Amino acid sequence: MLNWLRRPKYGSLQRREMPAGIWAKCPRCSNLIYRKELERSLRVCPKCTYHHRLSAEERLAITLDEDGFVEFDGSLTSADPLSFVGYAQKLEEARQKTGRPEAVIWGEGTIEGWRTVAAALDFYFMGGSMGSAVGEKVTRAAEHAREARLPLIIFSASGGARMQEGVLSLMQLAKTSAAVGRLHDAGLPYVSIMCDPTTGGVTASFAFLGDVILAEPGATIGFAGRRVIEQTIRRKLPDDFQTAEFCLHKGLIDMVVARSEMRRTLAGLLAFFGGPRLEKPVPEVAAPQGAQT
Amino acid sequence: MDYVAALFTDVLELHGDRRFRDDPAMFAGMARFEGQPVVIIGHNKGKDTKENIARNFGMPYPEGYRKALRAMKLAEKFTVPVVAFVDTPGAFPGDAAEERGQAEAIARNIQEMSRLRTAAIVVITGEGGSGGALAIAVGDVVLMLQYAVYTVITPEGCAAILWHDATRAPEAAAALRLTAKDLQALGVVDEVLTEPFAGAHRDSDAVFAEVRDALRRHLGVLRQVSPEELVNRRYAKFRQLGVLHETGAPAGQSR
Repeated sequence: MLNWLRRPKYGSLQRREMPAGIWAKCPRCSNLIYRKELERSLRVCPKCTYHHRLSAEERLAITLDEDGFVEFDGSLTSADPLSFVGYAQKLEEARQKTGRPEAVIWGEGTIEGWRTVAAALDFYFMGGSMGSAVGEKVTRAAEHAREARLPLIIFSASGGARMQEGVLSLMQLAKTSAAVGRLHDAGLPYVSIMCDPTTGGVTASFAFLGDVILAEPGATIGFAGRRVIEQTIRRKLPDDFQTAEFCLHKGLIDMVVARSEMRRTLAGLLAFFGGPRLEKPVPEVAAPQGAQT
Repeated sequence: MDYVAALFTDVLELHGDRRFRDDPAMFAGMARFEGQPVVIIGHNKGKDTKENIARNFGMPYPEGYRKALRAMKLAEKFTVPVVAFVDTPGAFPGDAAEERGQAEAIARNIQEMSRLRTAAIVVITGEGGSGGALAIAVGDVVLMLQYAVYTVITPEGCAAILWHDATRAPEAAAALRLTAKDLQALGVVDEVLTEPFAGAHRDSDAVFAEVRDALRRHLGVLRQVSPEELVNRRYAKFRQLGVLHETGAPAGQSR
């Protein structure tokens, strides 16, 4: 059990995007929000419901029950197999910035007492890109779920494959897709949640292979980038193109779930799938608009 | 597709994904290779501009991948080997393709091909463009022509993202290690097929002979392997790709 998971330091993380201080500015509606209020609302803007991006730590902290999360492979990271120009330095910078060794965290925990394997990608770490280590950890999460007969929940937030690892990053699409395929074969549930943004190689592999696919409101979800598409079709795309709501309308995902409802929705799904539950479920701590710290 | 005409007999092309339309950028068909039945799938480019436009320069829409999957499932049903020819700049990046689930189509193909209960041989003949290539490239054996490339992103795209300068593509191309020889060293490609000096188009018969010989050898071996064993070996083959670094505690340890 790790302390950082229990008490996420929102303040220190927010400084990346917002000026330090008591007030935070919403990047969408530009309103000033009392920082404590923003934290209480799980970093959803109370004025325009913009869902601020979360780190992997914050994500797991607001989703899982307060006790009992065990992280696996916390020390596993990518190497620099191609000696790609500038990659070693970028990795180091990302580690400094996030205080985490890689762009994903996975482990075992509970949601309202329902046991599950959970993973979260971290967009703040090199855009949540999938290199060898991210692919390996997602694969191990799926394999562990299969062996332990537990459901799998993955929060994606990623720009796609990590090009600094060349074709080896592409091969992570095959590895992760095959691993969740085996989970399906074993009759175990896998819930994929797409957060802002989920694009490229992660969508073309495990993120779109969930039994149930959820997304956060307003999340960008798509395979090719907007600019590339606009250049290809020589037309401007509508503003809502590749949003979670657009994907829902096009039949690509099952539900758009507000952050305040995510925990409850996941608990409901886990209950439906009938996975194992702790003897004494941890009492629910998340009020609809309340943080769990 | 020149390879289909040159290497196979009794070719019957299959059309459509049964959901939306027939994608001319993807070929699917049944045929015989030296008398034995096979299912062929492959990206379909044109030989001239007109044909290229008709075939969308070998960039499939989701329906192209779904057609290929349908053909693979057919092969599985009758335990016939799949031969996949890869030659694409990538999956088509268009609004219609996105709306119809380009990402899902590729993801589905990758997953299904990884657990296909029949043999699959992949031949990368020209461009192996990222996920759009991998969607038909999860094979028991991956062969690659000497001067073909296989990459996660185009050198132009890579240079544009990293250095905001697409003209530095040659630098990116070197950094990405996308040649057949590089990929063999990384374990992504099993065998490199020799091409005549300056490329396959200079002496296509020599290349066809090379591919035919490789297909014969590998099909002969794979025919002896049970479907269960094929699926297990294929999983293990892709499972071990990637280079990892462990700081501190050994893998799988919790704390």
